[in-house]
Amino acid sequence: MKHLLSATTGLALLISADAALANRVFVTNERSNDVTVIDGETFEVIGTYPVGNRPRGITISPDGTELYVCASDDNLVRVFDPNTMEELHTLPSGPDPELFVLHPSGNPLFIANEDDNIVTVVDTETHQVLAEVPVGVEPEGMGVSPDGAVVINTSETTNMAHFIDTETFEITANVLVDSRPRFAQYTADGSKLYVTSEIGGTVSVIDPATQQITKKISFEIPGVLPEAIQPVGARVTSDGTKLFVALGPANRVAVVDARTDEVTDYLLVGQRVWQLAFSPDEKWLYTTNGNSNDVSIIDVEANEVVRSVQVGQQPWGVVVAPD
Amino acid sequence: MLKGIIGLLAGAAALAQPAAAQTQDPVLIRTAVLRVDDPGLPPISRLDLPPDDLGFAGARLAIEDNDTTGRFMGQDFEATEVTASPETAGAEMAKLLEDGIEFVVVLADDAVTLELADQVGDQAMLLNARARGDNLRGEDCRFNTIHVAPSRAMLADGLTQFLMWKNWPRWFLIHGSHPDDQAMAEAYRRSAEKFGAQIVEEREYEDTGGARRTDSGHVQVQAQVPVFTQRAAEHDVVMTADEADVFAAYMPYLTWDPRPVAGSAGLVPRSWHPAMEAWGGTQFQNRFESLANRPIREDDYQAWLALRIVGEAATRKQSGDPEVLKEFILSPEFDVAGFKGQALTVRDWDHQVRQPILLTTGVLTTSVSPQDQYLHQTSQLDTLGVDRPETQCQFQEAS
Repeated sequence: MKHLLSATTGLALLISADAALANRVFVTNERSNDVTVIDGETFEVIGTYPVGNRPRGITISPDGTELYVCASDDNLVRVFDPNTMEELHTLPSGPDPELFVLHPSGNPLFIANEDDNIVTVVDTETHQVLAEVPVGVEPEGMGVSPDGAVVINTSETTNMAHFIDTETFEITANVLVDSRPRFAQYTADGSKLYVTSEIGGTVSVIDPATQQITKKISFEIPGVLPEAIQPVGARVTSDGTKLFVALGPANRVAVVDARTDEVTDYLLVGQRVWQLAFSPDEKWLYTTNGNSNDVSIIDVEANEVVRSVQVGQQPWGVVVAPD
Repeated sequence: MLKGIIGLLAGAAALAQPAAAQTQDPVLIRTAVLRVDDPGLPPISRLDLPPDDLGFAGARLAIEDNDTTGRFMGQDFEATEVTASPETAGAEMAKLLEDGIEFVVVLADDAVTLELADQVGDQAMLLNARARGDNLRGEDCRFNTIHVAPSRAMLADGLTQFLMWKNWPRWFLIHGSHPDDQAMAEAYRRSAEKFGAQIVEEREYEDTGGARRTDSGHVQVQAQVPVFTQRAAEHDVVMTADEADVFAAYMPYLTWDPRPVAGSAGLVPRSWHPAMEAWGGTQFQNRFESLANRPIREDDYQAWLALRIVGEAATRKQSGDPEVLKEFILSPEFDVAGFKGQALTVRDWDHQVRQPILLTTGVLTTSVSPQDQYLHQTSQLDTLGVDRPETQCQFQEAS
């Protein structure tokens, strides 16, 4: 009864907080099968809402009206109204969807199907599957070029970044990177592509024009075993000056000067830091910490962790509603 | 007996795949899996009965994985599956060598693995996916063999580190009467000395060939085990070394003193376990189970990893030349991912694959060693097993 009560209060808060609809933070909790919603102004938890089984990847439409959640063990993508957290409909995703990326226009959605070695392309309006693109073993990371022409998929056991043409759904290039690539992130100007390698312990910097690796960023933290440094999530500021890399069980987020691709700092966050998301003004960076069940909030300009917020069990993905 | 060749079908699919912009035929990389079945006693528990496709199913998953990557590299993998008895193993290996196969995954006991290594010489690389003998990594080491299966010393050290962390240093060691049981007991003695545990009492549980799975078996066992274990010196743990699977599974809850059981039963050190979910393990388990329709076994994991080593080398070197691949696998640049949270590499002093050891109960992974507090100047994984300064392995120049 207590649980129900708090959910109702949460809902009431959501509705009354109409003015602050933007800048809300949505966190998927892989083990407790729910999403925690955090107020991006006060950093208070607004509510926790069930979203299906084993939620991992999460994203939001550019206009902020549809929240997409990979319900991995339900083998579909669930779509919610971010204001009420009511389920609107589901999208076919193919088996075991883990991560996805939305075309910058809001349609279609590109989904990595981890168990089936394919990327499924789904129309977010018609809810139809447009294509299934065969990729390497254990597809995971999904990135999209700022102009929307190319989607990147990383395959964790094949160890490649696959370049997928978003018009033809054909693979146009494959770049071999270090072991277990997890995440792909373009700079806002499209001049660079970052691919993190969890077991390799590196971030490959790729020139998207030539599909060549121009540099590999590696990490060294005093007192932390090299094996524990496992790059996963990555985000770069839109002005292209700072790259943040989540280092998994090293419990640190690396700060990289994105102009030189040199590491400048390591920030101590919660345990097994996984994915990252900026607030719309890029003042804050939110991190999901899977083993300590919390979210760390980083002051982007000051390179400082300012808060941690308790969420559900094994937080995995995070997205912030646009302004 | 030739069981079949896997990989050809996937190869045909690879040819039809337009995306990789391959202009020429894919390079074929040929391997074999030779499983030598020992007609021993059935296991104590019927849950442990070996499936027909033991090891082969893991190899099939590796070929699927390698072929998926191969599609983008212009490479095609195949594995010939062969079963043999200890008597026919040599003849089957001769056929594979005659056929020109240069990578052979071997699932056999210590003695047969060594015989096969000597037979092969420099004609092929053996990937040992079953034999745990410390001698195979020590005085009987062979340059042509990569040990994918962990050694007894590694398994023992993985367990000992955990027991020391638990502050359970006093062991009552019970070993069987078969040579492999004695070898495992020796590994525990060595490990106890290395990490400061004490074996306060040691007993041998002789295999007298009594009834094990008969109707009345459990009644007798219920009476026998408490009697066998009574009046032991004060101990924290009952450590069992029972590779022949004669008694250890009976120990939990039947010991005279109420003590946890570890080793061959209770808390068991393994290379892999079907409940392992960390480090992407869940999707690996899913892929295996949808292919084999059963939970994975250690032999499957080890055969999978063996063929992934060949596949990873072929991807990284962008080559199907066996000489190029062999040299790369043995070089310090080589590593492979195996769902254990860190890169797996090959020790240059005995060709053992460095790897974490899982400590498992019946349904879960309780811990993974190395434990955090055991540090090492080069790799923490080298706190498990025989390290460079202690090795007795001296590779002969390849003949």
